[in-house]
Amino acid sequence: MSNDVIEATPEAPVAPQAFTVTLNIRRYDPDSGEEAHWQAFDVDVFPTDRILDALHKIKWEQDGSLTFRRSCAHGVCGSDAMRINGRNRLACKTLLKDLDLAQPIYVEAIKGLPLEKDLVVDMEPFFASYREVQPFLQAHSVPPKDKERIQSVADRARFDDTTKCILCAACTSSCPVFWTDGQYFGPAAIVNAHRFIFDSRDDEAKVRLDILNDKEGVWRCRTTFNCTEACPRGIQITAAIAEVKQAIIRGHR
Amino acid sequence: MTETNVHHHQFDVVIVGAGGAGMRAAIEAAPKANTAVITKLYPTRSHTGAAQGGMAAALANVEEDNWEWHTFDTIKGGDYLVDQDAAEILAKEAIDAVIDLENMGLPFNRTPEGKIDQRRFGGHTRDHGKAPVRRACYAADRTGHMILQTLFQNCVRLGVNFFNEYYALDLIMSEVDGTQVPAGIVALELATGEIHVFHAKAITFATGGFGKIYKTTSNAHTLTGDGVGIVWRKKLPLEDIEFFQFHPTGLAGLGILLTEGARGEGAILRNASGERFMERYAPTIKDLAPRDIVARCMVQEVREGRGAGPYQDYVLLDCTHLGAEVLETKLPDITEFARTYLGIDPVVEPVPVMPTAHYAMGGIPTNNNAEVLSDNDTIVPGLYAAGECACVSVHGANRLGTNSLLDINVFGKRSGNNAAEYVKTAEFPPLPEHPEKFVVDMLQSFRDATGTESVAAIRKALQETMDANAQVFRTDETLAQVSKDIHGLRQRFANVSIHDKGKRFNTDLLEAVELGFLLDIAEVVVYAARNRKESRGGHMREDFPNRDDENYLKHTMAYLTGDPHSPDPADHIKLDWKPVVIQGYQPMERKY
Ligand SMILES: Cc1cc2nc3c(=O)[nH]c(=O)nc-3n(C[C@H](O)[C@H](O)[C@H](O)COP(=O)(O)OP(=O)(O)OC[C@H]3O[C@@H](n4cnc5c(N)ncnc54)[C@H](O)[C@@H]3O)c2cc1C
Ligand code: SF4
Ligand code: FES
Repeated sequence: MSNDVIEATPEAPVAPQAFTVTLNIRRYDPDSGEEAHWQAFDVDVFPTDRILDALHKIKWEQDGSLTFRRSCAHGVCGSDAMRINGRNRLACKTLLKDLDLAQPIYVEAIKGLPLEKDLVVDMEPFFASYREVQPFLQAHSVPPKDKERIQSVADRARFDDTTKCILCAACTSSCPVFWTDGQYFGPAAIVNAHRFIFDSRDDEAKVRLDILNDKEGVWRCRTTFNCTEACPRGIQITAAIAEVKQAIIRGHR
Repeated sequence: MTETNVHHHQFDVVIVGAGGAGMRAAIEAAPKANTAVITKLYPTRSHTGAAQGGMAAALANVEEDNWEWHTFDTIKGGDYLVDQDAAEILAKEAIDAVIDLENMGLPFNRTPEGKIDQRRFGGHTRDHGKAPVRRACYAADRTGHMILQTLFQNCVRLGVNFFNEYYALDLIMSEVDGTQVPAGIVALELATGEIHVFHAKAITFATGGFGKIYKTTSNAHTLTGDGVGIVWRKKLPLEDIEFFQFHPTGLAGLGILLTEGARGEGAILRNASGERFMERYAPTIKDLAPRDIVARCMVQEVREGRGAGPYQDYVLLDCTHLGAEVLETKLPDITEFARTYLGIDPVVEPVPVMPTAHYAMGGIPTNNNAEVLSDNDTIVPGLYAAGECACVSVHGANRLGTNSLLDINVFGKRSGNNAAEYVKTAEFPPLPEHPEKFVVDMLQSFRDATGTESVAAIRKALQETMDANAQVFRTDETLAQVSKDIHGLRQRFANVSIHDKGKRFNTDLLEAVELGFLLDIAEVVVYAARNRKESRGGHMREDFPNRDDENYLKHTMAYLTGDPHSPDPADHIKLDWKPVVIQGYQPMERKY
């Protein structure tokens, strides 16, 4: 419909101009036996296009074998964390106009998880750490019959930030500790533990604090802030990790 | 066929889909029966996570409310095409559904007394339409995210068996005592390209919607209607498939959703001159009229030259008077969407919006137990469907906002319970000798194809013609056009080829398979839409602008009867009718 309108308007304002950018994408095809390598693609884009749009254009118009995960296309499902110009971001939340277009653009898979194909990594180790921290409510009180548990606005606000996590792995795979020690739980697992440790309805904070007191737990964190910078949901991850550390020292929530 | 490894599994219950409906089903079924969940996405990537505004339940936490009012609103909102017994179940069980989620850990927003907070939403009213009521339970504007996370967390707790990134591509039916029953699912494992056959006693489809038949949509790239398409190809019927919901407030040009919760919190739609135009169309509840009505009014404003922007092709959602505090605490995500994708800050500027293809009211017909029907009243024993892929029908011709997150919980739970109960006494139906044959052949033919057409080009053309001809307003002429276009696209589709011939993570191949489902579904949507010569809910025929209860107060039932490649849909689709269950509420004119 919008097309008709454009044609019908005689003095239509000038539409934003498409321009060509070069995307350097780190390719890897497990079937080929070749090492991963960089390949350059020229693609026509608009300033407001997302990196995801550019990847789709390449896949749909130039090379169908280019492989990446995506679903929602607006930053809520966590499918498309990747390294864009050396920084972990969601491809669907990174607009071209927000990148330095004077430089070539580099896109590669997130680091620290086994590379499967092009921009796809094996997420299983990431989810395994998540499962370890018992990421589910463990409340021993019996809720009032057919009613919700009561929680004050302040108690609810206490863990609001860490409920936003979409398990995209941008944080964990930006962490230098995780790169060198794949056993480290990583920031995402700690964020999801935090979400329950500080939920006033939960009774097993202690168990999770014990788990995170492990040698692969929170003490490995060196506060480099990479995770907080990477998080597309704006979660204050480093602060959450610090809160967990303090709770371990206190011995309770 | 020889080169493909085929793996065999056996489970009592197989659930296809791990969105809200699939995981809610799994939470019931897994503790009672040997259960597998097959999902093409990691569960937490499912589109339930994109839902923003809330989940309806007459908890009456903040003002007087009851489930009977909710039932009435659902029926009226659905333009009386809702089965009234089903709507009553939905509204009654809503209360438990919300409490279940809270008890499972869902962090709802709270009232000052610490109870679950509630907000207003379109079409939900006090005492049969008197005024908007606060019925939507919510967690900021990420209610769906919280539901999806909470259900996933509880699946982790229960150790549910997930097969992640497995694409179900076929349903195997077998004959037992003269009756067709489901016997298994054939799936492709994305990581390896290998084929898995899941032998099952009971199968639940929870595969979500198919918004990707349209170009402008709030739906994810992956919502290609696979489950609906699989069932359709098995010659099982689809119900009310012509009813698709266009949500009023998609970000203009992008389709990304801005929740109706914004209007629930007081945001206002304005045209170019700043007029609050909904006052003219729905004087009582104005901007909180149901979606079908608001979407039409918006398009009407634009058509009559009152649209805003350089091309006068959108209207404005004005949130500026809500203040930064409300936007940041109650609507933070959509505030960020407008900032990120349009560079507009809703705190200081109104946001350009236009309707976006949002929700499939129709789908796989089920009864109130989530059992799939093979005609108006015969159940297929052991086959279940729940969530957006199903049609119970609780949404009729137009779903009310917040009733889908409710639907997936109520009927997801029912499907899980009933499947677990069914398998207690059922035997494993026999499988044919090579159950995987259809899938293996289909995939091979895509791999071998040397045609000149591209999947992406055909999909784009389909989405464009659907937007142009089968959107908010339809006429026989536009529908005839899109019908013709679809046939042409089908012929082109027979001549596609794909680039990626590899096995591992072959998303190129899967996009081709998904396009096949989209074409099939779009065709039946359009064919059923042409056949319904009235306007009701989301289906607005300009050539038949009125609701016609005498001839059309009934559900469409569409059946695939022949070769889908024949040019005339009449040669391969049969349309029939199913009566609407009317209990206490006689159809009335829908005024707000
Ligand atoms: C942006 C947006 C906002 C919304 N907001 C609200 C709201 O506020 N309130 C409300 O009530 N409703 C809302 N809705 C509607 C509601 O969110 C959806 O209708 C509902 O979540 C659908 O849930 P589902 O479980 O049926 O499907 P989905 O959550 O879409 O899940 C589908 C599942 O099926 C799987 N699947 C699909 N095909 C296959 C296959 N071939 N093989 C294996 N697995 C497969 C997928 O992996 C996925 O796990 C919103 C919808 C959108 C798009
Ligand atoms: S904390 Fe942020 S970056 Fe880490 S997984 Fe969650 S959403 Fe992604
Ligand atoms: S595609 Fe969902 S987060 Fe990017």
